[in-house]
Amino acid sequence: MISRVANRLRLAWAFLRTLVGDDAYDRYRAHQLSCHPGEPPLDRKAHYLLRQQEKWSGVSRCC
Amino acid sequence: MKKILWGLVAIVGAVALAGVAFLRGESINALWLVVAAICVYAIGYRFYAAWIATKVLMVDPSRPTPAQRLENGRDFVPTDRWIVFGHHFAAIAGPGPLVGPTLAAQFGYLPGTLWILVGAVLGGCVQDMTMLFISTRRNGRSLGQMARDELGPIGGFAALIGTLLIMIILIAVLGLVVVNAMRNSPWATSTVFATIPIAILIGLYLRTLRPGRVIEASLIGFVLLLAAVWGGGWIQNAPVVREWFNYDGVPLAWFVIGYGFVAAILPVWLLLAPRDYLSTFLKIGVVLLLGAAVFIMRPEIHMPAITQFVDGTGPVVAGKVFPFVFITIACGAISGFHALISSGTTPKLLGNERDIRLIGYGAMAMESFVAIMAMIAATLLEPGIYFAINSPAGIVGATAQQAVATISGWGFPVTVEQMDTLAREMGESTLFARTGGAPSLAVGMASILASVFGQGLLALWYHFAIMFEAVFILTTVDAGTRVGRFMLQDLLGQVWEPLGRTSWYPSVVISSALVVAGWGYFLYIGVIDPNGGVNILWALFGISNQMLATIALCVVTGVLIKQGRVRYAWVTVLPMAWLAIVTTTAAWQKLLSSDPRIGFLAGANDLAAKLDAGTLSEAAARAAPQLIFNQRLDAALTVFFVIVLWVIILDTARVSWRFLQGLPVPPSSEVPHSLGGAAAAGART
Repeated sequence: MISRVANRLRLAWAFLRTLVGDDAYDRYRAHQLSCHPGEPPLDRKAHYLLRQQEKWSGVSRCC
Repeated sequence: MKKILWGLVAIVGAVALAGVAFLRGESINALWLVVAAICVYAIGYRFYAAWIATKVLMVDPSRPTPAQRLENGRDFVPTDRWIVFGHHFAAIAGPGPLVGPTLAAQFGYLPGTLWILVGAVLGGCVQDMTMLFISTRRNGRSLGQMARDELGPIGGFAALIGTLLIMIILIAVLGLVVVNAMRNSPWATSTVFATIPIAILIGLYLRTLRPGRVIEASLIGFVLLLAAVWGGGWIQNAPVVREWFNYDGVPLAWFVIGYGFVAAILPVWLLLAPRDYLSTFLKIGVVLLLGAAVFIMRPEIHMPAITQFVDGTGPVVAGKVFPFVFITIACGAISGFHALISSGTTPKLLGNERDIRLIGYGAMAMESFVAIMAMIAATLLEPGIYFAINSPAGIVGATAQQAVATISGWGFPVTVEQMDTLAREMGESTLFARTGGAPSLAVGMASILASVFGQGLLALWYHFAIMFEAVFILTTVDAGTRVGRFMLQDLLGQVWEPLGRTSWYPSVVISSALVVAGWGYFLYIGVIDPNGGVNILWALFGISNQMLATIALCVVTGVLIKQGRVRYAWVTVLPMAWLAIVTTTAAWQKLLSSDPRIGFLAGANDLAAKLDAGTLSEAAARAAPQLIFNQRLDAALTVFFVIVLWVIILDTARVSWRFLQGLPVPPSSEVPHSLGGAAAAGART
């Protein structure tokens, strides 16, 4: 019972992190290491800045 | 079992809708509206959206999405459907669905509510969903690109220029809403000012201290924002400090203009990105809080179902209920702007075509529900109070006595003492003529929330609501200016190549300044207009937003017809035709009505005549030439919008007719099913 609740909470927390982009770097790193093993991935800060730059280069907020 | 359940939903929805439409007692309960809305959305989603997905669009769950074929770990990423839903909703839901219904409440709660429900289920949700679908089938291409590919260069140009203009009008009117909320209110002004350093602090935290840790940064920011709301109350009562934040409309307009310019050329991580995180958290939090509060408190609606202002004499927005309720409420029923989000960003995250229904149709139904909440918050106020807050001084009279006399004369009793008490409770010096919708929404929200959490906190809730609206209006100002800048650079780059480089600083500064000057002009005029400015600007915004929706629906219609699905084309043709009728009628009246409050030209001539006759006060005479010019400019803009609207409709008709005759048309730009990842990557532009 307790482990099920804990599991649910863990899932909810993981969902929230993905939703707001908290784990974006971890996911990017995993993708980079598995798909492009030759290239070293960006560090956390560079990745964050790049993501923001990309996100705000188009229409991403509405009226 | 399922059939019984849906039968029940249908019955409950029908009863609630009938209650909303036909109950004419003293007042009805807001819960009727909520229940009717939820049932309507549920039925629309379960049946109409499912039917569109399978029969009209022929969604194919086995077909690889662009996110799968072009996965790059950055913009193309197959993502869980609920996460995409969250992102999509956060992107489409801005301040629009809060402001429009508040203004449209002058017609009574019924016209606006019905349009929000019907417009969303048959129009807005359909637009968002079908646009998301066709963009997904085209590797996430934007509306403008698809208009060019599917209809030809005319359609493409119309979409581009339409988007740029709508952006300018949108930012101006939202800027006006914020200015009117801050006018002569040290509490609101200081709180809104404080959100800027708070956002910068969070921006630095997210860049330097703990890169990318969004949740913790947002929580810190939220606590700081609450502190700013609380601190504003102290400033309001501090004798000297309060004057530092006590401004009239014009200086505040200059502040918003200057802010918009600086924010647009600063790096995004410093101000825009962190404030967007804060505003998204606030938005979702407030919507949930408000929904829960409505359920717990079940407030009574005090506004009549229909007021006498359906005849066109309304003080908040001029013009008859048809077509103006359909113009005043754009976001929440159907918003062309959403087509820009549904094409471009969201399709690149879709993990499966099956999710298009949830994300396209579902997220818009959610946004529509936000509009219903705004309608409830506006109509639960005593109508006299609602009109006292939302009517500009130019119409009801400049003094409190004149205003209450006019409004009570309409049959909506209100007294000066009532308004003074309310202002005191909300921590404001006055609530008369606080046009733009934000203050009355904040009063409505504060009264619901305070009834749950205790009356002592009314002023805090009021300023929390103002801060909440201001935070994401400023996000739209900043993000919109930036998008306008990119589009302008794209256009200018065709004249002189270096101007098109998005990273060349002189070009960034010049194009940002041009965009800011564009909306800044309309904002400034709106602020000096004694009739409140909202009456003019919001109508222009509505017309331009509906025009963009028509463009989007035209593109989808063209695609459907070219794919041989003529017999289902009514799904998009129906809302498109309705919008064309509404927009053209509204534009016609805005141009040619002889009522100076409705017709731009009549307004300009009326003012010019008064100026010549010397009947204006000194201050009014000084502003008059600018206002006259502005009304003529607005008339020209309206003509332009209508021309663009009909050019694109006729262009769609031309392409469809040619296709049906077997004549050559631009080929479908849909990516074939069989195309593998590598080939698709090559086809990407």
